[in-house]
Amino acid sequence: MMPHAQKAAIFNKDEARTDWHDASLWMVRKKRDFAVSEIPEWEFLREFASDIKMHTLSKLDDYLEAFEKAAIQNGAIVHWAADAKEHNDIVLSILNKHQAKKMVKSKSMLTEECHLNEFLELHEIEVIDSDLGERIIQMLNEPPSHIVLPAIHLKKEEIGELFHRELHTEKGATDPQYLTEAARHHLREKFHTAQVALTGVNFGIAETGEVVVCTNEGNADMGVHLTPVQIHSMGIEKLIPRRSDLAVFTRLLARSATGQPVTVFTSHHRNPKPAGEMHIILVDNGRTEQLGKPDFRSSLKCIRCGACMNTCPIYRRSGGHSYETTIPGPIGSILTPGIDLKKHGQLPFASTLCGSCTDVCPVKIDIHTQLYKWRQIVSEAGLPEAGNKTMMSIMGNGLASPSFFHRLGNIGRKLLRLFPGKERFLSFTVWTKDRDLPKAPVESFREWYAKQAKDAQ
Amino acid sequence: MKVGLFIPCYMDQFYPQAAIATYKLLLKLGCDVEYPEGQTCCGQPLANAGNEAASRGSYLHFVTMFEKYDYIVAPSGSCVYHVRHHFDTLDQTDAVKKVRAKTLDLTEFLLDVLQISSLPAKYPHKVGLHQSCHGLRGLHLATSSELVNKPAASKLHELLSMVEGLTLVELDRKDECCGFGGTFSVKEPAISVKMGKDRIRDHFSKGAEVITAGDMSCLMHLEGIISRQNIPIKVIHIAEILNSDEI
Ligand code: SF4
Repeated sequence: MMPHAQKAAIFNKDEARTDWHDASLWMVRKKRDFAVSEIPEWEFLREFASDIKMHTLSKLDDYLEAFEKAAIQNGAIVHWAADAKEHNDIVLSILNKHQAKKMVKSKSMLTEECHLNEFLELHEIEVIDSDLGERIIQMLNEPPSHIVLPAIHLKKEEIGELFHRELHTEKGATDPQYLTEAARHHLREKFHTAQVALTGVNFGIAETGEVVVCTNEGNADMGVHLTPVQIHSMGIEKLIPRRSDLAVFTRLLARSATGQPVTVFTSHHRNPKPAGEMHIILVDNGRTEQLGKPDFRSSLKCIRCGACMNTCPIYRRSGGHSYETTIPGPIGSILTPGIDLKKHGQLPFASTLCGSCTDVCPVKIDIHTQLYKWRQIVSEAGLPEAGNKTMMSIMGNGLASPSFFHRLGNIGRKLLRLFPGKERFLSFTVWTKDRDLPKAPVESFREWYAKQAKDAQ
Repeated sequence: MKVGLFIPCYMDQFYPQAAIATYKLLLKLGCDVEYPEGQTCCGQPLANAGNEAASRGSYLHFVTMFEKYDYIVAPSGSCVYHVRHHFDTLDQTDAVKKVRAKTLDLTEFLLDVLQISSLPAKYPHKVGLHQSCHGLRGLHLATSSELVNKPAASKLHELLSMVEGLTLVELDRKDECCGFGGTFSVKEPAISVKMGKDRIRDHFSKGAEVITAGDMSCLMHLEGIISRQNIPIKVIHIAEILNSDEI
């Protein structure tokens, strides 16, 4: 796996494109700023949402059981999946039971996390992602680069080109309206021939056993309505206690995600269709383990709005793919080290700890504090990201010793004075590749202070 | 009231003029201020790089050096944030608790403790203000652009408004990170430099002659890029402006 820094450097080679990517996402952030500024009680809502989530997480076992009970009463079939493999096997068994060879799918980062598409394709099942952005990246055989805007890394010209190739639209067409229309026609046919539809879940309501899916295109609903069998894959942290709690989250979610007051569709799925089947798969896949870590527990409050990505100055300038995780950006960098520290341990370092993610997060996850804490764990595990442990402890002792410290500082400054052609002399260092070093002054503050103290006597 | 002055290590060595300005400003405002010469480092560079355990020694040394003062003032939101927030890993003795509570960034000290409402400062220049992140979102020296707190406040703005002749420019992105981030600046040089370039462009295109901030580390990073690219703009620590009497 290529380090994030290296991927980011490659991304930055095309500076105009980096600027374009940064500006596209910054525009989303600005829309969000405007939308939230209209809500005087915004900070209160964030606090409230955070409390609801923390409460739910503190009794997750009870709420899961309540949810299951209510869902079964509604006529749904509830499955429990400990990990990605179990989840995928369950989906396959449902498809097999109905001898289905085609499934439409929408709005599910969880199935991305489980690599469901690849798995089903191995079993000769055709999976059609029906959300436009998801469909685009599926055609390109790429993972999403953003959890809400999966194809945000692509320019409309590139999408036009892709559609020309795959859907035979006019060459050179870039009009979003025209391209969307073409995709819609293409999808319609798929909708009619699929036997099973799968959606992700934004919220599961323990009180009623229903699942809530928030979308803008309505394709998730279309899939569910047109196929006899519906599957809802849901991470166990998606629960909220009551239906009345939902309003807090719908007010936060779309505003944070895209700056809309609310998503176009907020669909509640509760019962199977007459003669149909409704399956809900409750997926753990590392979530209980994260729940067991007090420092990182609150990362499970995430409602996947993507605001921390849009605001992150690093994400905007490196693109979602640079993280090589299903969930990229700040939240991904605190969720994934818990899954595989060796693989993702570098991600907590792909941050300046500026804290913008923490302030933007609608459920108040202290993301940058958790990034800091993951760094400590990476270091304790002896991974190279945190530097050589022995060296660090020698440095640490040095920093606690005034005489060592002062000598070191003075040597550093004097070296810089001795070699004025320092850029060239030191050009092998990372700092000086594109930056000069500060001009070293004749005397340090300490020296100045000592002198003036003496003069005063 | 006895004030202990803490000067971050890189400022001591590379930006003594900003440290001198801080010291002189405090004297000018009538403080009994002292620079304990045995001081070293707050431990942040190691800790942010993931080696909190190795920085314990410097944490304890910091406490020993400064516990006798009524206030500990530093011209760096970042170091202050580290002391206030991350010294929570030490045993919370009375000394540790006191040092954590009484360590303030220069701008907070001026406004919240000294409660100044005017300054004998003059700086007739167009200035761009960079809000350093740790001061901004860690110490809440200003309302970050993500939050909906009205009215929005900013200690650095308030202080700069006391300076005669100074004009602040309006930025497109009023509090985006400069890309320094300590260890980040060398771990992720490509983005670090790109972020710095973008910040400089914002200030420069709005006509700023000077970029100022509460943290010299951000300015050191920006200055490195400015110097390499020969951009006609300067950096200066806010203490130098507040202590300035330029005619
Ligand atoms: S961590 Fe917060 S800001 Fe980021 S996606 Fe989750 S809810 Fe949204």
